[in-house]
Amino acid sequence: MTSTVERPVSAPPAASRRRFVSKAPLRAGAGLAAAAVLLFAVAPVALSDFRLSLLAKYLCFAMVAVGIGLAWGRGGLLTLGQGVFFGLGGYAMAMHMKLADAGPGQMPDFMLLYGQLDALPWWWAPFRSPYFALPATVLLPMLVAFLLGSLVFRRRVRGAYFAILSQALAAALAIFLIGQQGTTGGTNGLTDFQGFFGYDLDDPVNQRMVYFIVAGSLLALLLIARQLIKSRYGELLVAVRDSEERVRFLGYNPANVKLVAYVVAAGMAGLAGALFVPAVGIINPALIGIVPSIEFVIGVAVGGRATLLGPVIGAVAVAWARTTLSEEFPAAWTYLQGLLFVLVVAFLPGGLASVYRLLKERRHGRA
Amino acid sequence: MDGLKVRDLHVSFDGFQAVDGVDLDVAPGDIRFLIGPNGAGKTTLVDAVTGLVKATGSVHFGDKELLGRPVHQIARMGVGRTFQTATVFEELTVLQNLDIAAGAARRPWTLLRRRKAIPAVVTDALETINLTTQRDQLAGTLAHGQKQWLEIGMLLVQDVPLLLLDEPVAGMSHDERDATGALLGVVSRDRTVVVIEHDMDFMRSFARTVTVLHAGKVLSEGSVAQVQADPRVQEVYLGQGTRDA
Repeated sequence: MTSTVERPVSAPPAASRRRFVSKAPLRAGAGLAAAAVLLFAVAPVALSDFRLSLLAKYLCFAMVAVGIGLAWGRGGLLTLGQGVFFGLGGYAMAMHMKLADAGPGQMPDFMLLYGQLDALPWWWAPFRSPYFALPATVLLPMLVAFLLGSLVFRRRVRGAYFAILSQALAAALAIFLIGQQGTTGGTNGLTDFQGFFGYDLDDPVNQRMVYFIVAGSLLALLLIARQLIKSRYGELLVAVRDSEERVRFLGYNPANVKLVAYVVAAGMAGLAGALFVPAVGIINPALIGIVPSIEFVIGVAVGGRATLLGPVIGAVAVAWARTTLSEEFPAAWTYLQGLLFVLVVAFLPGGLASVYRLLKERRHGRA
Repeated sequence: MDGLKVRDLHVSFDGFQAVDGVDLDVAPGDIRFLIGPNGAGKTTLVDAVTGLVKATGSVHFGDKELLGRPVHQIARMGVGRTFQTATVFEELTVLQNLDIAAGAARRPWTLLRRRKAIPAVVTDALETINLTTQRDQLAGTLAHGQKQWLEIGMLLVQDVPLLLLDEPVAGMSHDERDATGALLGVVSRDRTVVVIEHDMDFMRSFARTVTVLHAGKVLSEGSVAQVQADPRVQEVYLGQGTRDA
């Protein structure tokens, strides 16, 4: 307690905060450029094929994180159900790839294996066309988010209630998919993909191509998020986060403001899910339910939810730590992750992205 | 310019009549003070007019009915308000606060782009509220009085013809109070203004007409002198005030 009381005295928050605001645009631009160099020049050279495909997986999580950073960090929408949109995008892509593997007029292998169906279900059929399936990976999650958000935000469901509701939705979708063994693969999900738009996925060259598509998509999403954050809309979104009622008295409908952020975040999660499938080779209910949905949020919290690059750094760091530590201590990882979350929320609410600023303020205070 | 016409307004909270059949006519261009003891229903009345609480009866601004509309639509119809505690967006700069207040009519395409230049109304407002040097400072770091001024600046750029101000000088020092009074003089030019205020000096120097509320009903109405002379008012409210002064 004492240190938090003393700090404003030694370092006037007004002055340091002002400097932070004015320098932020420059830093975000430099950060983006550095991220681009790391992803496109350093990582492909420095990492083995195996590590590079692991990174592709982490970057998919990072794409989800960019959306959560926008919706939660900027808009205050604690969405504990991004797995739903990740899953919708993932399944849309996986269904197309399954049908493409099966060939024209054929049914996917797992349907023949389970033998419950005589014909392809009607709702599978449109995904045979890439012109339907590809846009659907993004538009389907956005449509669901739009319908859900319209209902929820207009009724002024917010805070913890919104978080619980979004989480329940993630649970519901996972349970539904498990129950539909014959048409969705049930617990096993959809896997054993051979090709990705005609490219053999077993070929390491093509795996590298998938990595570059993922990295390029992540950068594109970062640019979109950056534009949104810096636009007048981005300022309005922060205003809604901090004082929804006040925004309303200025003549805006906060429900619409939140809806945009929620729908964009859903689209980002959908694209992430779609690219996760060729990058990792599987999508199943365990990847989209409550636990992964919470893990997305933990990554964002650790990295710094209100910044542009924080969520990306956090998502990659947590996913990497998970892989590394769960190899060494399989049982301990869950506890470690929980501990990490508690530590960040309690002691570093700005996440890793705020460490630099805190150190600078402290130094400033001593000088 | 339009006036405000309230007829038979009722607001009840769990059976308690916070506003109990209020009729109120505020002429176009008037500066009307709403006074009354705590719990008289002043803020609730303003809440009802701005759509924050449910009410029955009718509230006309010009020829438009306000009751039953959502808050943001009422605001778009030209009704602006402030709150007892200054509410500004603390994580945004002074400039960003004003820019948002000025922009409710912006098209989506404009919203999705960056601010290329500072709107002229915002520059003017910065001058008026004397915060030009604090333009890029976060609103959360402003002093209490400056926050109130920023809020008044937001009303200025919002450019609404009807203003409802809830205790605009509460908790202010004497100097700040004078500055705020001068600001309100600028803001109320060519506008219809309703002010809730406890500060009697402030009321005397600023009000054109006064309505006294008591227990959810209109007790007295008229000029400052008329209201002060009303024995019923002296009994419930001003009597104590004048004795203290």
